[in-house]
Amino acid sequence: MSTVRYTKEHEWVKVEGDTATIGITSYAQEQLGDVVFVELPPVGKKLAKGDDAAVVESVKAASELYAPVSGDVIEVNSLIAAEPAKVNADPENSAWFLKLRLSDKSELDTLLDEAAYKAFIAESH
Amino acid sequence: MLESAASGRLGRTALYDRHLALGARMVPFAGYEMPVQFREGIIAEHAHTRNAAGVFDVSHMGQAVVSARDHQTAAEALERLVPGDLLGLAPGRIRYTQFTNASGGIIDDLMVSRSASPAQEGRLVLVVNASRKEVDYAWLAQHLPEDVKLTRSEDRSLLALQGPKAEAVLMRYCPQAAALSFMASTPARFDGVDFHLARSGYTGEDGYELSVPTDHVLTVYDRLLSDPDVKPIGLGARDSLRLEAGLCLYGHDIDETTSPVEADLTWSIGKRRRTEGGFMGVGRIAEELKDGSRRRRVGILPEGRAPAREGTAIMADGRSIGRLTSGGFGPTLGRPIAMGYVEREFSAPGTRIDLMVRDKPLAAQVVSLPFVPHRYKR
Repeated sequence: MSTVRYTKEHEWVKVEGDTATIGITSYAQEQLGDVVFVELPPVGKKLAKGDDAAVVESVKAASELYAPVSGDVIEVNSLIAAEPAKVNADPENSAWFLKLRLSDKSELDTLLDEAAYKAFIAESH
Repeated sequence: MLESAASGRLGRTALYDRHLALGARMVPFAGYEMPVQFREGIIAEHAHTRNAAGVFDVSHMGQAVVSARDHQTAAEALERLVPGDLLGLAPGRIRYTQFTNASGGIIDDLMVSRSASPAQEGRLVLVVNASRKEVDYAWLAQHLPEDVKLTRSEDRSLLALQGPKAEAVLMRYCPQAAALSFMASTPARFDGVDFHLARSGYTGEDGYELSVPTDHVLTVYDRLLSDPDVKPIGLGARDSLRLEAGLCLYGHDIDETTSPVEADLTWSIGKRRRTEGGFMGVGRIAEELKDGSRRRRVGILPEGRAPAREGTAIMADGRSIGRLTSGGFGPTLGRPIAMGYVEREFSAPGTRIDLMVRDKPLAAQVVSLPFVPHRYKR
């Protein structure tokens, strides 16, 4: 059984046991436009909530992906480093960015559920 | 992740509603709400312009007329403010030049055209940057003599039709389009609308700019878009196209501190002007023409896949030798590209440099511009 949570920075966090898979939302990729470069952290890196976790660059601009929760990087998605356009094509599935082993599961409570995230997008537009 | 348009006091072009209907994402640019991209996105729009034809709304740019009793009077007055040769500008021809300040920096870059029609003798038509038009007009008002008049063309909009199919598309409405050569202009008629047609642009492709009375611009825009070869293109692709073409963007690659020589725009300084002088900032510019400038604008090719952005420090010999003034992704090349200023001894193509991106050196080299060859119809 997995749950998906969201952040106001337009990231999604899918939790399975003590593993969190992190990516950017469909809304985020739409706002960014064509993604041309992704830089991922090294496996083993310890990230605290709010740290710069990855870089995603579109034709126009560079953006940071912040760690939505704290944990150790256990896997990164080399597919999107090789083919950054996948982030536009399939942001909420195959184009995930990284997996963390959660160090503090209580941080998950600070994230938004799907309904709250949808409401957040709706009110910011 | 992106700043949203703080509307309020931003201007809108006559095509604002049409852009929204076409799925544009609007962003603030030079005081206007402008489309940065349409539905297909920057890479697709960029490719479409290189392969077929794209239409750009550039009505935010400043259009104005400098007029006097004859060409000589108007040209001599304007020549005091620019290093380009305007006296020698033939009827129907266009010149790219810059307003320079007293210290040889660039106030703005602009196009100046002399009408082909004898009835328009003594008129020079200017197209200036949106972000600089108020500064330019104040500068002109301050420096033009009393017998030379500046009139803003407030009732005109501006479209650019760019790409290898631009000629074929425009031929369906304006048969005289084909006969026009690069940097030439003519009065023309489009479906009964009188307008001003120029063979020029900002993409490196063949193409046209159409100065159209604002009352009719929607009709002309829609007619162009009804052609299956034409798609609407936003400012995002306009920027990536001009960067691949090695063209300067005011406020980034050129500004009040950079001279035309440093900016590698020496080609636009008239031969007669180099010997005669008589323009703002001639002291520094003449000196740089003679001895070379301390720094120079160059093309820069980062080696990896990471784009390097404007403001990035350029390093060589363990020290900073300059900064990027434009940097991003070149869709035609499928790799990052950039421009910037480097000290003269590092300006030769092939020079190896490092770009400091997120505190790490990124290998790059100086290359000659443009990144993508120009395809003008001369």
